[in-house]
Amino acid sequence: MHSILPLFHVWAYLQTQPLLGLTATLCVWEVACFIDARAGHAALSNPTVLSIIILAALLLITHTSYQAYFTGAVYIHFLLGPATVALAVPMYANWPAIRRHFLAIIVSLTAGSVIAAGSAMLIAHALGAPRAVVISLGPKSVTTPIAMGISQNLGGQPSLTAVFVMITAMFGTLVCGLVFRLARVRDWRARGLAAGMAAHGLATSRMLMLNQTAGAFGGLAIGLNGIVTSIALPILVSVMGL
Amino acid sequence: MIRALVVLLLCQLAGTVIQQGSGLPIPGPVIGLVMLLAYLIKAGGPAPYLKDTAQGLLKYFGLLFVPAGVGVVTELQELRENAFAIAVAIPVSTLLGLLVTGVLMNWLAGREGAESDA
Repeated sequence: MHSILPLFHVWAYLQTQPLLGLTATLCVWEVACFIDARAGHAALSNPTVLSIIILAALLLITHTSYQAYFTGAVYIHFLLGPATVALAVPMYANWPAIRRHFLAIIVSLTAGSVIAAGSAMLIAHALGAPRAVVISLGPKSVTTPIAMGISQNLGGQPSLTAVFVMITAMFGTLVCGLVFRLARVRDWRARGLAAGMAAHGLATSRMLMLNQTAGAFGGLAIGLNGIVTSIALPILVSVMGL
Repeated sequence: MIRALVVLLLCQLAGTVIQQGSGLPIPGPVIGLVMLLAYLIKAGGPAPYLKDTAQGLLKYFGLLFVPAGVGVVTELQELRENAFAIAVAIPVSTLLGLLVTGVLMNWLAGREGAESDA
């Protein structure tokens, strides 16, 4: 007992410092990327999802509070803001395509976005989920940083939204190919736009592997859906009387 | 790289000031995104330093979600209690969204000029 006492001191000290949380996040990310590469980048081995599962398990096993972990992880978390602004750069690259099909894009994207968010909230509400869960479900098709911002502004729980976004992304990526075949959506622009709208980054990176145009329209849909949902969801929430 | 960060942070700052000042429900960084996009369209494209940093940052987009996602440990009970509602709401709404946007865009863009593999 005498000999391990100093270790407790070190551990207690580290829990109050940013070093451990930051280092753990980056280490786990590297491990997750390694696993993902070994798994051939399959839809279910997404490095973000893997990292979250591993880190969450580590916190639970070591009885570390999320707050203690976040003291260090906040430095990574902060970069979400500038990264969201940076989405303007790939959106600009798709600007000629946006201009050519402006009306078609806005109409299809807004319709799908409102129906996806509205039906998610209606179903959860009907099945008895509390308001915070219902609101947190609303922005689930939006890319994570924007979704969390929307959720927070409307009184949802950003971390719950982050989980819903991940589940949506994995589900959407798994089924989108089948849905497009069954519904006879053959146009690659339509496939990319729908995949990016419903399941953002994960589905878009999958589209990018299949077709360049689909990838470009997916990237476009991620940014546009963030803007459309930011505007539409507050209206939808008040119309639904939540 | 620092100059690019200055541009990105200033856009985010301006967006956040607008959001807080006006009480708009749109997140500050999204307003910053729109402002930067408007600037890029007007300027005719990003300077190389901005393009490089933006691409570098977005390459690690997946990593940036991790700290927030780990927050799931504080929501486990909420998730368990509402597991059924969530397990129905997410798949159904995602399928509906995929269908509506896919079918509409297929029809509308198809009329403007085909680009399909059929």
